[in-house]
Amino acid sequence: MALTAMDIYKNLPKTNCGECGVPTCLAFAMKLAQGQASLDQCPHVTEEAAAALAGSSAPPMKTVTIGTGDHALEIGGQTVLFRHEETFYHPCGVAIQVNTSLPEGEMTERIKTACEMEFDRVGMTFGLDLIALYDDDGRLPEVAAVAAEESSLPLMLMSDDPQAMRGALEVCAEGRPLICAATADNFEEMTSLAKEFECPLVIRGEGMEQLYELSEKAIEAGIEDLVLDSSAREPSAVLQDQTIIRRAAIKEKAEPFGFPTIGFVGGDDEVDKVISGCELIAKYPGIVVTDLITRDALLALVTARLNIYTDPQKPIQVESGAYEVGEPDASSPVLITTNFSLTYYTVEADASAGNLDAWIVVVDTEGTSVLTAWAAEDFTAETIAKTIKECGIEEKVEKKIAVLPGGVAVLSGDLEQESGWNVVVGPRESAGIPTFFKTEYEQRIADFN
Amino acid sequence: MPFTVPKERWTAEVQTTTIGATEADGGTRTSTVTIGGDQSLPFLHFEGRTPYRPVIALEVLDEAPTQWPDALAEHYRDVWDDPAAWAQKAVDEFGADLICLRLVSADPQGTDASADDCAATITSVLEAVGVPLIIWGCGDDDKDNAIMPFCSQAAAGERVVLGAATEDNYKTICASALADGHLIINQSPLDINIQKQVSILVTDMGMSTDNIILYQTTGGLGYGVEYAYSIIERTRLAALGGDKMLQMPMLSIVGSEAWRVKEAWQSEEEAPEWGPLEKRGIIWEAATATFFLHAGSHLLVMWHPEAVNHVRQHIDELLAGQQT
Repeated sequence: MALTAMDIYKNLPKTNCGECGVPTCLAFAMKLAQGQASLDQCPHVTEEAAAALAGSSAPPMKTVTIGTGDHALEIGGQTVLFRHEETFYHPCGVAIQVNTSLPEGEMTERIKTACEMEFDRVGMTFGLDLIALYDDDGRLPEVAAVAAEESSLPLMLMSDDPQAMRGALEVCAEGRPLICAATADNFEEMTSLAKEFECPLVIRGEGMEQLYELSEKAIEAGIEDLVLDSSAREPSAVLQDQTIIRRAAIKEKAEPFGFPTIGFVGGDDEVDKVISGCELIAKYPGIVVTDLITRDALLALVTARLNIYTDPQKPIQVESGAYEVGEPDASSPVLITTNFSLTYYTVEADASAGNLDAWIVVVDTEGTSVLTAWAAEDFTAETIAKTIKECGIEEKVEKKIAVLPGGVAVLSGDLEQESGWNVVVGPRESAGIPTFFKTEYEQRIADFN
Repeated sequence: MPFTVPKERWTAEVQTTTIGATEADGGTRTSTVTIGGDQSLPFLHFEGRTPYRPVIALEVLDEAPTQWPDALAEHYRDVWDDPAAWAQKAVDEFGADLICLRLVSADPQGTDASADDCAATITSVLEAVGVPLIIWGCGDDDKDNAIMPFCSQAAAGERVVLGAATEDNYKTICASALADGHLIINQSPLDINIQKQVSILVTDMGMSTDNIILYQTTGGLGYGVEYAYSIIERTRLAALGGDKMLQMPMLSIVGSEAWRVKEAWQSEEEAPEWGPLEKRGIIWEAATATFFLHAGSHLLVMWHPEAVNHVRQHIDELLAGQQT
């Protein structure tokens, strides 16, 4: 049962020394109660108090690792129900389902496609995370041996048959695959396999109460790395079960539910499956299993995951400096923008779409967009001029002409004075960049010659 | 210890709002739309009721779009020169619950249509369809203030929704809505405090809370969808917590946001890593809509009929778990 902030406070030194990084013991107690701080941040807590508080200061949801090495996947470790409260940690793993009945050529092709699938977004590369071998013909051990060879991603083994599972684990356990699943019917066998081979284990209960009991039993049996499945497969039931498990873990600190969950994408066609996948990415599983394999659909899911798991307090930023689009030279235009990655990459993409060779000068606005940064006075004539001076662009171009985002046209006069550059006001929306350069730019800079 | 389902005890529910007026209520609509009234976070039936299903408006522009990708254009090309025919198709063929008419022709940078022209368009659309209307200006404050009183009058008594009141520009639209018995959209730029402020400003002018729809601006998948997602979620939480100024139903613009994203329309030749184009735009719009539904939006403004069908089916599935 969760302790309240007052329960915790009673056990703290009450000296308000501030060494934990929070000004008062009460404020620290509140953070502990919300799972946003850990007790070892307090250097003065007594051993007795530490023991009394051990339960409540443990993170409410365990982090579980699947696989080993570079491609190991960490899931769970969540501390909140809503991303705005803090952030969602450990982006959910996307598992691509591969049926064991597939002809071998097709199967290895599918595994290869999944392992190699990558998408570039906001300057980073994102891929898929697991290969989920679904045993639909009893050949799991055989197929697991092939998959362990072919796949660079960790495996998930899907069978309720302990014999098949043992066979598969014997050939691939060193890759630390996820065993899926222990149920009420095979509980003893599957939990002993998880212990024997030291692999994480999915617990599947028929409904929440059975899941809770099975998870309790698995913890008693000494298994530490669990993943939870309530058996719900319809969108409405999935949403409710996922929410209840997450809530019980975070708010009630219900130990048997203090693990990441798994969700299975449903739906008949590609679009339905993406919708189902988006529901799961938002709320709340740590693993999302799908049989989708096409780039269009997986692009949407990988993007959706990136969005939901972006830290709302720390927008993704690019470094301040002068960037190239195409192959710019000394006569190429210079575009000014902010370092919010979404802003920068939108400008970069629109400039590329217009086949421009250009320089983009990125001003550090602490990761805010043009208008927000302007309102916060992080994107001013002074900060822009300073960046122009420091980023080295002045050595790269002959003519000092900067293109300013149309939304901050009001800065142009001051910027000319501060920087000594000529300023051209560009389009308000980045999407207008190609047309602007096709139809207006030459004319606008004619006066500066 | 046995397991008990953790339920939140919310102190309030989302405001219930009806759009459109039938003959009995002084209008000419053949159907109305009621949204809101939710007693829990979206679709958590174990905790509270979702008395009204989220609805889908299809957007109609009052002049033909020039840059729509083919996947979208093929469904509207035959009607996009005539907003009335467009609206009719959206209702009869694509099952729109309501029509969101956007008066782009009024834009002073474009056609610069007159208030009379806009009012005439509204009359023709009202005659063509029986569903309720959302009427949106062109986005230029001065011009919108000039046309909105006439547009509002053309639909007097119909309980249409006028968009949009903002922190800096709300008086004209609010006065028009009050005079002609309409609702308004309160728009804020992804900022819950400004959203609240707009609610305070318009209710101070006499707008009643059941005549307001909230709109927090939107971003498409990959382009800021998470900001809108979290603002909508926070607004729902505030509503259930009893904040009367954030308790109104919410609207999300999905179609235009999803389709202006390159992922929705750039060809496979230009962007091979994004895979086949055929369904990509539909996927993008459906995914964007899904996030807003799960965050707590009540009214989705969409474009592509196939995306609409998939999202409608998802709404059915989410409501299926509710005991009647």
